[in-house]
Amino acid sequence: MEKIPILKMGPFLLVTIQVDLYDRLALNLESDLIQMVNKISAKGVLIDISAVNIVDSFMGRILGNIANMSRILDAQTVVVGMQPAVAITLVELGLPLHGVRTALNVEKGMALLQSMLPVTSTEENTEDDSIAV
Amino acid sequence: MAIAKEQDVVPFRNRVREVAVKIKMGLVNQTKLITAASELVRNMLRYANGGKILIEVVSKGRSNGIRLTFMDNGPGIADINLAMKDGYSTGKSLGLGLPGARRLADEFTMQSEVGKGTSVTIIKW
Amino acid sequence: MPAAPSTIFQKKKKQVLESWINGQLTNDILREDLISNEESRAQSEELLDALLQKMTAESSGNGQADADHLMELLEEISVTRARKGYSPKETGLYMFSLKEALLTTLNEEIRNDPALLYEESLKVNRLMDNLAVLTFETFIKSREEVILRQTDEMAEISTPVIRVWDGILALPIIGTLDSSRTQVVMENLLSQIVETGSSIAILDISGVPAVDSLVAQHLIKTVSATRLMGAECIISGIRPEIAQTVVHLGIDLSGIITKASLASALNYAFNALRLEVRRTKPAL
Repeated sequence: MEKIPILKMGPFLLVTIQVDLYDRLALNLESDLIQMVNKISAKGVLIDISAVNIVDSFMGRILGNIANMSRILDAQTVVVGMQPAVAITLVELGLPLHGVRTALNVEKGMALLQSMLPVTSTEENTEDDSIAV
Repeated sequence: MAIAKEQDVVPFRNRVREVAVKIKMGLVNQTKLITAASELVRNMLRYANGGKILIEVVSKGRSNGIRLTFMDNGPGIADINLAMKDGYSTGKSLGLGLPGARRLADEFTMQSEVGKGTSVTIIKW
Repeated sequence: MPAAPSTIFQKKKKQVLESWINGQLTNDILREDLISNEESRAQSEELLDALLQKMTAESSGNGQADADHLMELLEEISVTRARKGYSPKETGLYMFSLKEALLTTLNEEIRNDPALLYEESLKVNRLMDNLAVLTFETFIKSREEVILRQTDEMAEISTPVIRVWDGILALPIIGTLDSSRTQVVMENLLSQIVETGSSIAILDISGVPAVDSLVAQHLIKTVSATRLMGAECIISGIRPEIAQTVVHLGIDLSGIITKASLASALNYAFNALRLEVRRTKPAL
């Protein structure tokens, strides 16, 4: 049975969806992803849908679920690469997609996730370490 | 086409895509049509365990369109008006399927009889 | 027994042709500037042949193929003439002068039998009138196709997409926005956003005289779609009249970023992208 590959990039997880997600595959993706988020204490999930031609309410629900589950485990979700035709159709369909942030491409999506990272204590100390002349 | 299990959905969507491309339908309209079809076929699978879908090419003057008729022998819908409201769902879904499909299609008709089945027809030009 | 008209015409074909060309000359429809006389004569001869072929075949009962050939030829002539610039009147008179030539010849040959002459003349009359109507129809149809094509071309050029800055697109819309045009604008905008990787798009509608609720809905949908894709859409250039209409129609634009001018929209965009414009020190 096919599994959708999940890649690790630093504190983030990258998922590229390239096949039509039917019910069982989608549910597997949800659980695999959430396990991984937990395992590596991921801070962000990037879902690349640039190869997806059709997003119906089922797919929308999956994306929403992933975002909600990840947030519970303290990770942000960004969906990238939505095709224009899909965007227009989703607006017409009336799919809310709350809690799902979006970006144009993987690059911008990563930048967005980076900007949402909580500032760690080590970074704050670096600023104070400047030597006065 | 006969739809009996969830694996039938993808070939069905591909078939609709094929026909749409053949009649030179624009990409956005193709996407809207297949998304609407996806919603309706899911309904058919979830509530009626499958059914039959008729794919037809229709013409109006110089333009061509596609008509999809979804027929099942499921439980039927008691209150059509209620079913067509956004957010109403008897399952666990978002409740966007029927009203969403209507918004995406150019023409939409539905008939249903409790205990006998449901038939939904959509046309996209 | 008097000969059938088709036989008469075949026999007198040359005469009919000459008479026809003379008629064209008299009616001043030869238009040597558009088609050379030789070409015109050849065309007329071909048409006459086809017509006579059909008439003969018809009287023997199986003229369908010949009838089709005649129709095709007629349509072809009509379309080429339309394209070259013949007026519909000229093409019409072309057909009518043929009719006259045929009728004159008929008159000469069946002069002695008025009843038959009348009957046959009526048939020829009817046939030629139908053919003339066909030329008109074809003419109008080809003109319509030209208009349609021009409309499409106009729709394309009237919504340019300008990359004002790295990551900022501007779309000035000029003219009335109807439903179909707004769709085109929306699709164009979205695909340009993907292609240029721009995160901000400015839709300037200062060139749009009026906005009705349907267009407003489309604009709102455009903004929503842009946001779904991960970019932002600002609407600028809203004239006071449009602002008034929008409020009166009860349209809710609260979720949309609107600016009065393209300049302030650009300012907003620079801010959003954390870009700054500074005046440089003058050269000494």
